[in-house]
Amino acid sequence: MGIVEFAKNPWGQDVPIHIFFYLIWVSVIAGLAFLVIHAIWARYFAKPDAYAEGEYPAPPSSAIPEKVARHSLAARLFHWVMAAAMFALLITAFLPRMSVKFPWVTYHWIAGLVLTASILFHIVHASFFMDFWSIWPNKTDREDAHNKALLMMGKAAPLPRRSGKYPLENQMYHLIIVLTGLAVMCTGIFMMFRVRTPLFPRNPYLFSDMTWGMMYALHGLAGVGLIALIMAHVYFALRPEKLAITKSMVFGSMSREHYLEHHDPRRWAPASMTKSAGSR
Amino acid sequence: MAIIRDIMPAFELFQPATTEDALGLAERYGSDGWVLAGGLDSFDWLKDRIKKPRYVIDLSQIKELRGVRPASDGGIEIGAMTTLTEVLRDPAIREKYSILSTGAEAAASPQIRNQGTLGGNVSQDTRCWYYRGGWKCYRAGGNICFADTPSAINREHAILGADRCVAVNPSDTAPALIVLDAKMIIRGRKGERVVDAEDYFVGPDIDITRMNVLQPGELLTAIRIPSTWAGAQFYFEKIRDRPVWDFPLVNVASAAVFTNGNIERIRIAVNGVAARPMRLKAVEAAITGKPRNAATADVAGAMAIEGAQTLRYNGYKVPLMRNLVKRAIRGVEEAKWAS
Repeated sequence: MGIVEFAKNPWGQDVPIHIFFYLIWVSVIAGLAFLVIHAIWARYFAKPDAYAEGEYPAPPSSAIPEKVARHSLAARLFHWVMAAAMFALLITAFLPRMSVKFPWVTYHWIAGLVLTASILFHIVHASFFMDFWSIWPNKTDREDAHNKALLMMGKAAPLPRRSGKYPLENQMYHLIIVLTGLAVMCTGIFMMFRVRTPLFPRNPYLFSDMTWGMMYALHGLAGVGLIALIMAHVYFALRPEKLAITKSMVFGSMSREHYLEHHDPRRWAPASMTKSAGSR
Repeated sequence: MAIIRDIMPAFELFQPATTEDALGLAERYGSDGWVLAGGLDSFDWLKDRIKKPRYVIDLSQIKELRGVRPASDGGIEIGAMTTLTEVLRDPAIREKYSILSTGAEAAASPQIRNQGTLGGNVSQDTRCWYYRGGWKCYRAGGNICFADTPSAINREHAILGADRCVAVNPSDTAPALIVLDAKMIIRGRKGERVVDAEDYFVGPDIDITRMNVLQPGELLTAIRIPSTWAGAQFYFEKIRDRPVWDFPLVNVASAAVFTNGNIERIRIAVNGVAARPMRLKAVEAAITGKPRNAATADVAGAMAIEGAQTLRYNGYKVPLMRNLVKRAIRGVEEAKWAS
């Protein structure tokens, strides 16, 4: 038992062929364990959110709209299309490994193409039409993360500041999804050369056996990793304290109260307060 | 990979006397066990040391799995361990379901038919030599089909239904059973289930490592043939490289009832063209009610090969299949061979 299964190719070389599929269950169990541990921690040990005050003058409430726009329609459509594609990919990839048999390959690569198209759209959209840097942790986010970690361990540290548009947890999740998503997307596109599609002719000799094997292994590792990541994402989306964020991904906005409680207007000003504000 | 031939790896042999005992053993040993019927497929795997089961469950001593007996619905039930020779010689089968006799007789050689069983013939593994050679292909759990590469030798491989794997099903009795609307009786520890013959086989799109729906711990115990097609007009033809003894390149089976020169009802199945024997339902629907003539046969032949995708060396299977389907409808004399 290991991580990657090897086999001999016709030239007698040991080459990777794919991951061991018990890793599916490892990921499921890891995801479930995380959810249970987090739920216990949140229920019995977590302290209420506390933020540093007084660094800036509080803006008058009247300057904040009742509904603070957070996600544009295009951004929401991207998110849900990507989510649908991701679920389709996970279902078509892993259910057949769990003895639910159906012709999965065609559905899988079609879902993969939908995911790829949505990611490419998102890259362009985020780069040129949105506040690109808001999703990436900056110096303030890193300092606050460090302080929060110290506080969690019971050590003395300054209170963290309110977040910008995206809390650090969102930013970190996005970063991990970017890495795993790009891994499955890039390897998946090349793996389409191994199956029959109407898009391009099969070419199993595009890469060496070793390169193909590493590609399959990376695709599999990222894929099983996504199981736990998606479980965690759905879990947080349903948690009571995060529902405002989840609703904003459905309706596009969050309430003024939630905004003022958790976000710093200086770090993320609603569109009505600034002419240049984009909406992710 | 095959290293030593003709010396089987050591295993513990069980020869249960009842189906219940065999099922108990199959359940107990799971994927470590190997169910042995006639052994014609199994011994190749074992002697090539590609499959190395720790436990072999030999069904040859189970009397209830042998023989041909009348079924309650007027049809017949054939024990899965009935040899092909017994099938082809059985008077009831020869009288009412002669296509099965013909299919059984087309399989292999007399010696092999004396040993090979009907259950084994329909449940045998593919003969793709890359797979049988022990290469870690898709079917063996790998990530490539060695037969579907630009330089592969793939004369015998699939033209239809390929999904990563291009291996074909080699059974001669399978298409005959499909056109007879046979029911496969499968028993496991949880009970019995009955599967239509055409649904007994699975393609690589559904499960790339298996050829049929049998799950570990299950046994095909009998094949029940209803009286639906008893006495119908049958056609079976097998094309192979060596007429004395070979697997089919393509075979075709049809059962039809004609009324006043029209096709009242018909079932057609082919094998050797895909990983599972294929019942040609679209063809059947298109020609039912049509006159039995060359034009109808032409339509059927053309429809049968729709969607065929050839590899480097198996393009000949397209006209071969088309013409076999034509002959299955119109008969040898009336069908014109054209490529």
